[in-house]
Amino acid sequence: MNWEAFWLTVRLATIVSTLLVAIGIPIAYWLTYSRWRWKFLVEATVALPIVLPPTVLGFYVLVALGSRSPLGRWWESLTGHTLAFTFEGLVIGSLLYSLPFAVQPFAASFGAVDPKLLHASASLGHSPAQTFRRIVLPLSKAGLVTGFALSFAHTLGEFGVVLMVGGNIPGVTRTISIDIYDQVQMANYSSANWTALVLLIVSFVLLSVVYGLNRRPWTVGPWR
Amino acid sequence: MAINTTSMLPAALPTSPGPISGDLEVRIRKRFQNPEGSFILNVHFRALPGFTILFGASGAGKTTVLDCIAGLTDPDEGRIAVGGEVLYDSEKKRNLAAWKRRIGYVHQDLALFPHLTAGENVAYGLHALSAAERRQRSREMLHSFAIEHLRDRRPAQISGGERQRVALARALVTEPRALLLDEPLAALDRPTRSSLISDLRQWNQEHRVPILYVTHNGEEVIALGDKVIVMDGGRILAHGQPHEVMRVPRMETVAQLLGFENIFNSTVVALHEDRGTMTCQLGIGKMELETPLVRADVGSRLRVGVRAGDLLLATEHPRGLSARNILPGTIRQLEQRDVIVSATVDCGGTEFEVHLTLAARDTLQLGPGKSVWVVVKTHSCHLMRM
Repeated sequence: MNWEAFWLTVRLATIVSTLLVAIGIPIAYWLTYSRWRWKFLVEATVALPIVLPPTVLGFYVLVALGSRSPLGRWWESLTGHTLAFTFEGLVIGSLLYSLPFAVQPFAASFGAVDPKLLHASASLGHSPAQTFRRIVLPLSKAGLVTGFALSFAHTLGEFGVVLMVGGNIPGVTRTISIDIYDQVQMANYSSANWTALVLLIVSFVLLSVVYGLNRRPWTVGPWR
Repeated sequence: MAINTTSMLPAALPTSPGPISGDLEVRIRKRFQNPEGSFILNVHFRALPGFTILFGASGAGKTTVLDCIAGLTDPDEGRIAVGGEVLYDSEKKRNLAAWKRRIGYVHQDLALFPHLTAGENVAYGLHALSAAERRQRSREMLHSFAIEHLRDRRPAQISGGERQRVALARALVTEPRALLLDEPLAALDRPTRSSLISDLRQWNQEHRVPILYVTHNGEEVIALGDKVIVMDGGRILAHGQPHEVMRVPRMETVAQLLGFENIFNSTVVALHEDRGTMTCQLGIGKMELETPLVRADVGSRLRVGVRAGDLLLATEHPRGLSARNILPGTIRQLEQRDVIVSATVDCGGTEFEVHLTLAARDTLQLGPGKSVWVVVKTHSCHLMRM
């Protein structure tokens, strides 16, 4: 069992899913309430990582982060080193990779809030932003937890994007799934087995939480 | 159009009582959808402080009117003002956002916030005040609506009547400039409803704001006894005191007359306002019917609908009968449909369809060519604009 890779992965997944709550809520808000006619194009873009091979996504992220792209050059001029094959680069790749797993549950739960409640809130003098904070967000707790857990679990198990963007640097970019691959390559089956089992159990527990939460439509959340 | 509704509009627009009036002035034109299709909503009225009842069948456009006033939907054109402030004016391109309008709106579904307690729901609209003031005001409101004991309970944990009280208190505590009530009391039993209404009247003694109360229940209109605006198909049909507007039977709409076996064109020949009836001449013949009084002038053309099952047949001229219309005629044909016999009776050129039982046909020995009298009760006659 490679604990270094395990904790690195947990750290990556925590950072990514936390950032995704911050990034995903405004995107989901826009997707839920916008009446722009081309909105479906944005919806399709957000959903792309679900169907795209991780290597394809990883390839583009690698190109975008490399020193030939404006983003890569800007980062290099700022920090003196390239984003590719770093933990930060890994975070950026994982953010894109797990985006739909946060945004979709968020948007679904925002959209499930009865419009009559939003109307009532407006009639009581609350601006759309105040209404969102005091009505929509509290009533979407289950969706927020689902989005957090799904993007956490999804980041935990990623392989292709990590390999493309991060490479395989112990303590920096070697995540748990890459470690398992390495162990198998070295015919080290017993170690691979333990690591795989830990990943399996953690993922199962997380998904159980998600499905347990959504077992029935909570109006508020189980902790009311 | 022969019916005198347009000339009643000035009566629907009383002059405002003074310069500092809280009147609600509404002029709206909007295409709206109901289950029967697309309508043009076209209303113009002024509601003074106090109750004004918006009465009409479902689909008449009542809720759309309220939604426009509250700013939840936009009219196609028009002007909405309350207490002199313009909320919406299509000409001046003014359209105040719903949350800035300070219009209280209690929807039929109440829309209480499920994650907040009754106390938090009531305090919700007071967010501009300090926490202490908010508590104080919401406590007073809970007290005056006799729901203090519910303060820490959520909407799911209280009864229907209590929820209505919370919803009303939540809207009133913000001291709105006008109050819109969309059948908020429809689900309540009569005693609960009247106690809530009296609470509402008491509140309005101090605040004097226009209250638009939507209902499709005629009894409720009579019980409330306030000014009433009758709406149908997106238009205002009548406006006035309930005893003026409601005493006379309402005009039927096309949909309501569907399923009537007998529909005749007629001309109003006399009005008997003292008796609440009028005389209509059917078709081109000389046949006259006494019908309920509606708002129509002598000479105007109306459509009369009578259900075949509401008609009686007699083989001799009946005496001592309360029914006012006894028309001589001849049976043209009899047709048996399942257990109903449908008789076609020619009364001086006007044909009536009358439904009878098999036993009635046999006992009276009815058959084609037989002379009969058709009996029509005044209130079996339903009237519709042509």
